[in-house]
Amino acid sequence: MNTIVGLCGYIIVILFALYTFFCFTVFRGRNRERAEKIYKRQRVCIFLISAIAHVILYFMDYDFRVVVLFALQVIVFFVAVHMYQIFYKGLSKLVLNNMLMLLMIGIFMLERINMEYAMKQSAIALGGLIFCIFIPIIIKKIPFLDRLGWQYAILGIFLLAVVFLFAKEINGSKNWIVIKGIRFQPSEFVKIIFVFFISGVLTRRHNFKRVVVVSALAAVHVLILVIEKDLGGALIYFITYLIVLTAVTGNVLYLISGLSGGSAAAVIAYKLFTHVQTRVSAWRDPWSIIDSGGLQVAQSLFAIATGGWFGMGLGRGLPGKIPIVESDFIFAAISEELGGIFAICILLVYISCFIMFVNISIKIKKPFYKFVALGLGIQFIFQVFLGVGGVTKFIPSTGVTLPLISYGGSSVLSTLILFSIIQGIYVLNGSGEEVKEAENEETVG
Amino acid sequence: MKKRSDKNNDNRNIAVISYSLMIIFVVLIGYIVVFLSGDNMELLNNPYNKAQEIFAEYTTRGSILSADGKVIAETVTDDDGNEVRKYPYNNMFAHAAGHFDNGKTGLEAQYNVYMLNASINPVVSAVNELKDEKNPGDSLVTTLDTGIQKAAYDALGSHRGAVIALNPENGNILCMVSKPDFNPNTIKSNWDDLIEDDNNESALLNRATQGLYPPGSTFKLLTLIEYMRENSNYRDFTFDCKGSASIDSYKINCYKKKRHGKEDIVEAFASSCNSAFATIGTELNKKQFRTLCNSFLFNSEIPVNYEYKKSTFVFNKSFDTGEVMQTAIGQGKTLISPLHNAIIISAVANGGYIVTPHIADKMVNESGRTVKTFSYKNGNTVLKPEEVNFLRECLLEVTKSGTGYALSGQKYTVYGKTGTAQYDSGDNSHAWYIGYAELDGKKIAVSIIVEKAGTGSDYAVPIAKKIFDALLGYNR
Repeated sequence: MNTIVGLCGYIIVILFALYTFFCFTVFRGRNRERAEKIYKRQRVCIFLISAIAHVILYFMDYDFRVVVLFALQVIVFFVAVHMYQIFYKGLSKLVLNNMLMLLMIGIFMLERINMEYAMKQSAIALGGLIFCIFIPIIIKKIPFLDRLGWQYAILGIFLLAVVFLFAKEINGSKNWIVIKGIRFQPSEFVKIIFVFFISGVLTRRHNFKRVVVVSALAAVHVLILVIEKDLGGALIYFITYLIVLTAVTGNVLYLISGLSGGSAAAVIAYKLFTHVQTRVSAWRDPWSIIDSGGLQVAQSLFAIATGGWFGMGLGRGLPGKIPIVESDFIFAAISEELGGIFAICILLVYISCFIMFVNISIKIKKPFYKFVALGLGIQFIFQVFLGVGGVTKFIPSTGVTLPLISYGGSSVLSTLILFSIIQGIYVLNGSGEEVKEAENEETVG
Repeated sequence: MKKRSDKNNDNRNIAVISYSLMIIFVVLIGYIVVFLSGDNMELLNNPYNKAQEIFAEYTTRGSILSADGKVIAETVTDDDGNEVRKYPYNNMFAHAAGHFDNGKTGLEAQYNVYMLNASINPVVSAVNELKDEKNPGDSLVTTLDTGIQKAAYDALGSHRGAVIALNPENGNILCMVSKPDFNPNTIKSNWDDLIEDDNNESALLNRATQGLYPPGSTFKLLTLIEYMRENSNYRDFTFDCKGSASIDSYKINCYKKKRHGKEDIVEAFASSCNSAFATIGTELNKKQFRTLCNSFLFNSEIPVNYEYKKSTFVFNKSFDTGEVMQTAIGQGKTLISPLHNAIIISAVANGGYIVTPHIADKMVNESGRTVKTFSYKNGNTVLKPEEVNFLRECLLEVTKSGTGYALSGQKYTVYGKTGTAQYDSGDNSHAWYIGYAELDGKKIAVSIIVEKAGTGSDYAVPIAKKIFDALLGYNR
């Protein structure tokens, strides 16, 4: 049995490496047929990895729910691929594949860590996928989206303030709202509104006076998050704002002054808050304070070191020993069981998504949507950086989730919406040719 | 036209900024690759890392071997198919090797994951997996010498105490004995007795590294060094010993109030004259003496991969003359471990540097090929060459005419210092000996404590002789 699990582990790693390889070679040449073929191969990889992982997981505990979830996954993914291609004509199929792949990895890792979590995650992903099918229609039906601006800031700050007043502290951050036992993190959704806000007001005018006002409003967002001890969230908002501002204005001085101001603020935060100091000392030397705050990072490094390049094999590690492994530290559990190569491939798939987001942003003509796509892309990739960097002790841990993989309804849902908005504005405002083509077909038909 | 160029500008900005962001990802991936390619054995070996238990499922634990190739600990499969850890020498290496059952200690704990790592051909490993057989773990080769360990073990006999011998130049520990001890083969069944410890034996305590004792007269070595540093004319020192010294109404006696008469510093050291050294103590600069002792690792971490206790040296301004005199002859509040005393005598033997004592030498795989060699860096140089020469002269005089006379007339040359450390207000004392023997450039340093025995000359020196004989004697 060990041998089979070991062998399957290698096959999963090879399949995923192959998938990742396709992500970066699909655009070689402009042959559309070849690209189609590659997207199909990628879907075969997704199916095979899921199938092998579920076979291993089933024989681990003989839990029938594994079979149910696998069947559900296959059906949902099959339907999703077709529905999305209908509702999002001319979407980026690479981004769609990546989205499904990351979701699938997250769910089978959760099945391995905790079946309950996997069930909830699957339900939320299903709901999210269904909801997101309608996002292009929503964007189309609300044409004033790009005419609003300040309203987004009012809404965002209002929501964050409500959270601040009624929030509950979970895992050290006071940014959760609990309604009838269901808990969610509004800041995950406000960050999308935030991108709409900065794109809306900055693309219309960006003289110095306006930049000062917008910066002040952005700072209010960030400060509320800092007070709620959501360090990762605060950083994501901050960096997103700086980069969008710099891209809109083309003025590198904003970036430089913003980064120096941010560094100064970080030093002040370090001096003021003990929870910041704990995170920094756990990053500097988790071993010496392993009993008082360093345990999480230490266990995460143990797991990554134990996994090595090829991993211990699915189900053969000890993910339970890492605190909050299902959420912020799932990358360590994946490294332990599936290995460093697999983990690096996950990073590459994230990067592949980001490159696509940037390309989409470049193709879009309307400035508002162009910078919405960029802002959302930055949010996404910077969150990946904070998450993976924190788990590997590259940077201090800031407690953010790994998009689409970590357990967490708000996180998964907001990331699905983020993907869909980018895809949606791409198909509605994109290069035009693909959209036109599709319309022609319809009229002809 | 203007609009168009705006758009191009936007796109250029977006491309530049996004792709510069990719740099941090290149660095992050590079960092992960470096981390995974590195030697993470120490990480895996961390006692907080529970993954060690997983390795045991796929690997048969490697052995612990002596430097002369004997098995100190091995894993065998018993008739019921269970793996059992066996210690062929029973009690002899109990503290040096540690135990496996009831919570790993010693080498069993420190090198746990190394012994659970199988450095074998991946093809063989795959075949083993197919056959559902465990891979053979690597074995730990120690610096311990079974001959010297046995000599020390037998020589200490039924006394309580500790013996440690090492190569003073490279820090290889040749033997480490602590008594009372236990049998690691039967520790499971004897565990309750060991923990209850009705006879107050503390058999689980490794006295060689964790036992703290007053250093007694062995400490005169440090008092002597401090005196030399403060008085460049130390060779002109003379003292007339009347069997005791009285200063400020405090009195220190020589052993059995013996009158040593007129003596220079070498003679005072060789005869371990308390009166002379207590008097010297009152003249020393306290701060400077503290600095000296701290440079010799008092009140500091000792560079050893073993559980140990820090030695303490206290010499405060507030000390009255009596406490000053006591401290100078190694009583007072000073406490030292036998391992630490071995490091101090080694500094004289090796020419003046702090040696890094160690037992783990290398890991070998099943076929005996070395797969990892542990390397150790020696510490600071704490003695000047001229100080080393004079200290050797003094230590040699101890053998020639002083309290270590029983070690004279051998084919090897012995440099050493005895100690008789009082541990209560009565006359009860621990016997100490620290010293090293030299033959044809080959050196061995020892540190010996025999608890509640009597004088160093009577009880510790004979043990030293047996160890020196075992390595450098006629029958070797």
